[in-house]
Amino acid sequence: MELALNQPAPLLKRLSWFDWLFAAVITAGGLFALSRFGEFMDVYEKAILLAAIPSLAVFGWFWKPFRALFIVVGAISLFAISQYQGTLARMEEAFFLKYLISSQAAIMWMCALFGLATLTYWAGLLARSGFTMKTGSVLTWSAIAMGFTGLMVRWYESYLIGTDVGHIPVSNLYEVFVLFCLITAMMYLYYEAQYRTRQMGAFVLLVISAAVGFILWYTFDRGAHEIQPLVPALKSWWMKLHVPANFIGYGSFSLSAMLGVAYLLVQRGILASRLPKPEVIDDMMYKAIAIGFAFFTIATILGAMWAAEAWGGYWSWDPKETWALIVWLNYAAWLHIRLVKGLRGPMLAWWAVVGLFVTTFAFLGVNMFLSGLHSYGTL
Amino acid sequence: MNPSPHSFGKSLFELMSSMRFAISLLSLLAVASIIGTVLKQAEPYSNYIIQLGPFWFQVFEKLGLYDVYHAAWFLLILTFLVASVSVCIIRNAPGFARDMRSFREHVSEQSLNAFKHQHSANTTQPPEALAATTQRYLEGQGYKVKNLPREDGVLLAAKAGSWNRLGYFLAHSAIVMICIGGLMDGNLVFKAQQLLGYKKIEKRDIPQSQVPAISRLSASNPSFRGSVQIPEGSSASVAFLNVADGYLVQELPFTVALKQFRIEHYTTGQPKNFESDIEIFDHAGKKIREATIAVNHPLIHDGIAIYQASFADGGTRLAIRGWNLFAPTAAPFDVTGTVHERSTLTSEAGNYTLEFIDFRPFNIENMGGETTATRDTMSVFGGSPVSDKKHLRNVGPSFQYKMRDARGQAREFSNYMLPLELEGRWYMMSGVRESPNESFRYIRMPLDADGRIDSFMRLRGALMNPALRPEIAARFARQALPQDAWNTEIEDKLKFSAAQVLALFGEGGFQTLGQSIEDKVPEAERDKAAGTYLRILELAAFEALHIANRQADLPAPKADDVTGWLVRDSLNSISDIFVYGAPVYLQLMQYDEVKATGLQLTRSPGQNIVYFGSLLLTLGVFFMLYVRERRVWLLVKHGRALLAMSSAKHTIDFEKEFTQHAQALDTLAR
Ligand code: HEM
Repeated sequence: MELALNQPAPLLKRLSWFDWLFAAVITAGGLFALSRFGEFMDVYEKAILLAAIPSLAVFGWFWKPFRALFIVVGAISLFAISQYQGTLARMEEAFFLKYLISSQAAIMWMCALFGLATLTYWAGLLARSGFTMKTGSVLTWSAIAMGFTGLMVRWYESYLIGTDVGHIPVSNLYEVFVLFCLITAMMYLYYEAQYRTRQMGAFVLLVISAAVGFILWYTFDRGAHEIQPLVPALKSWWMKLHVPANFIGYGSFSLSAMLGVAYLLVQRGILASRLPKPEVIDDMMYKAIAIGFAFFTIATILGAMWAAEAWGGYWSWDPKETWALIVWLNYAAWLHIRLVKGLRGPMLAWWAVVGLFVTTFAFLGVNMFLSGLHSYGTL
Repeated sequence: MNPSPHSFGKSLFELMSSMRFAISLLSLLAVASIIGTVLKQAEPYSNYIIQLGPFWFQVFEKLGLYDVYHAAWFLLILTFLVASVSVCIIRNAPGFARDMRSFREHVSEQSLNAFKHQHSANTTQPPEALAATTQRYLEGQGYKVKNLPREDGVLLAAKAGSWNRLGYFLAHSAIVMICIGGLMDGNLVFKAQQLLGYKKIEKRDIPQSQVPAISRLSASNPSFRGSVQIPEGSSASVAFLNVADGYLVQELPFTVALKQFRIEHYTTGQPKNFESDIEIFDHAGKKIREATIAVNHPLIHDGIAIYQASFADGGTRLAIRGWNLFAPTAAPFDVTGTVHERSTLTSEAGNYTLEFIDFRPFNIENMGGETTATRDTMSVFGGSPVSDKKHLRNVGPSFQYKMRDARGQAREFSNYMLPLELEGRWYMMSGVRESPNESFRYIRMPLDADGRIDSFMRLRGALMNPALRPEIAARFARQALPQDAWNTEIEDKLKFSAAQVLALFGEGGFQTLGQSIEDKVPEAERDKAAGTYLRILELAAFEALHIANRQADLPAPKADDVTGWLVRDSLNSISDIFVYGAPVYLQLMQYDEVKATGLQLTRSPGQNIVYFGSLLLTLGVFFMLYVRERRVWLLVKHGRALLAMSSAKHTIDFEKEFTQHAQALDTLAR
């Protein structure tokens, strides 16, 4: 009789053979990297690599689609690397590299696929076509796969330029914008599956498309896609932790803002029959802000610890730090109002939308308008 | 009617712990923080005066806006936040703690019936049996269950996720801890001393040793963040703290000496690493330790962290050759100088002070060459991410100095030591600008076949020597005319014209020459006249070089292309001398580089408290956001079971879980 009660089985018993295969692939890959490149890593970098193995495995067990994504991205990236045969010039000779999976080509494919996904989601939403929206999800997944491949290959390319130039591609605005698109899209797809609704894709992909627009402008107008060596201040293992944690925060805050827009539209009866019920959107919005707040907290703390090592103090009131605090206070206030005062409804949705402007300023505006330690101009 | 003190205290307590107050504080803090990012902090006060004008400068100063984050009102907001969170914890703690432990077992059937989330099922099982299976079910779902037999049946009281409440304690006490740790590392002690008149900031630019005790902080100062520059081979036992528009001297409990400072470069020329080999001595002069610090790799000694923060020139010694630019001869003189020091220069044009500002051993310059967009398929993707930095080149050392005339007017110069190749020819470059916010304008002096500027200087001397002009003009006329025209009126005319052109040029370059054409020649003929004058000038200049070489016992210049370009470039450059703004050109011959490292030294006793607080904050936030507190009650009586559920936070997950439990009860009760 108890079988009918869907009692949660212990985690390990719930795992399928694919889960184990996935974990084995990750462990093998991680250990291989450690044995092959360990001598070039310091103890912290080794620790990060080792900790990444179980973290990624458990993450894949928790969110199943991640396993396939990981394996696909890994396979394509390895194929791309094999195509290079150790020389950068192959980028313009080998067919696959030139048109598909050199870092720049892959990232441009990502941009194109995100654009297509946006259109498809909107078409599906307006035509009430489940199949079209499903196509939108597939396109989004493909964009993510291409984007991650692009970053992986870029990582490798940076080492081909020079072993001292090589670094993880989270070091400048171009690279983190790609990361932002990927993280926002992944978080959205997670909620899409959780809430069994695809209609929100039309909204969330808008903010990703905006970021894609920025990437394109930044590439073609500014040539920002060039791989630059790291300035001394950025040469630290902290970067590997601080930057991604920050972008989980930025990504989920942007996600919540787009959900806020959808909420407000539904409230006014616009597209109301096509979108999920406001309670559902509201719940998604809360979840997004909660995870964003948690990671933003961690990112800010990691940033403070890094600052204590690089700039001589854990808090210098540098504009970027200060704006991170402002963003954080903003969402702390949001959570209090919702959870302690129990407030719901349009006011919180508006607040989440305004939050996107605050976040965007912290993320982009500070770099454009304010100077400080984060511009690495001092040394 | 006045409120009684008791009720005033109580309403203050109410206010401080109210959510409205907390939210207002958070918003206020955010707005205050924005101010500090919009107005650049801790700039020299003169910048603010320029930016704001004298009136607003004073208003802003009174408001403490140049250092918002240490202003009294800002600290007051922080204090209120700490107080508010503390009061909030005190207020909630007892209730939350009780709540965490309690199963809320004293519920009545009536109140369970009134729950929004309740579900009843009919059953044929004896109450104890159903209660037991349901208990197992709930425990399987992660609940702690209390089984309470009653007269009329069994009550199960269950709870899960109590740690949510613990999260509240952790996160909110963490806020208090972080703020306290931060305040400990601020400059509160100095602020208090300054307020009471024990300490005063120093505003004069005087040697460190002359700074009076009132502006010195003792080595036992619990927290500080200062910086100091140490040249190679020197040491420091104090650091400087920038405060408002002055500074303080912070005594250190040890002496730091710099052995060597290094910069490593990438192949592209960007800096890769900054490193200082330092030694630490105690005040008795005994060496305690040696270390190499680099960016991201500080040294912590005696509770003081020492960081690589910047670098500068530490007093490089320069051997310089000076060239008088307006003298009728080309004899150089020698000058020596040290960066950051001054020397005086006596010249015919008056006395000048030379202030050596900086020396740079490398200069990575963009040597032009517009990167043309490649028209291949890659450009569809934005091109290759491998940057094409071939146009960047290290053009060697340069030094910067100011030349100040007797009236105190100064111009800034930046001279390269090595020649630069431009359009296939080589030049010595000297940049000049009036103020630091301008960019340098360069004068380029051509090199001769020996790779020196001596020919240029000889030619310049000859052209600026009025005594030579008749001879130059005569040679020019002879060269220009066929022999049968010698000693005719034509020759005299030509000599006269040449002498006139030479005089005009020698007094003000192309500028005066052009002016004279404008004054004398009708507009329609000006272009033609200019062409003629230029031709005369070039040919005459060649003759001038002839004469100058002869006077210096050098062989005559060859009449070839190379000399042609040398003459043409020299003329351009001589013309520029008139707007160069200095009577001498300083050519760097040799240097003995001394670098200085910029260290930051901090003592922050609050750091560990802040870190511990951060750990608690992280844990607390996760508990609060991801541990959902839920309670379930099941009242089983003969024939009927009543399930009720509650949570402080209603989410869709909660609704789902309730439905699941309700269905489970239906199954179990069957
Ligand atoms: C920078 C300051 C603060 C931060 C970052 C912060 C953070 C948080 C967070 C993240 C939550 C979780 C919301 C939830 O329950 O899911 C929370 C809850 C709460 N906060 Fe704060 N808080 C701050 C200041 C305050 C202040 C000043 C007060 C008191 C007036 C306060 C009172 C509360 C209360 C009563 C809860 C609900 C706890 C519960 O029911 O579980 N907080 N806080």
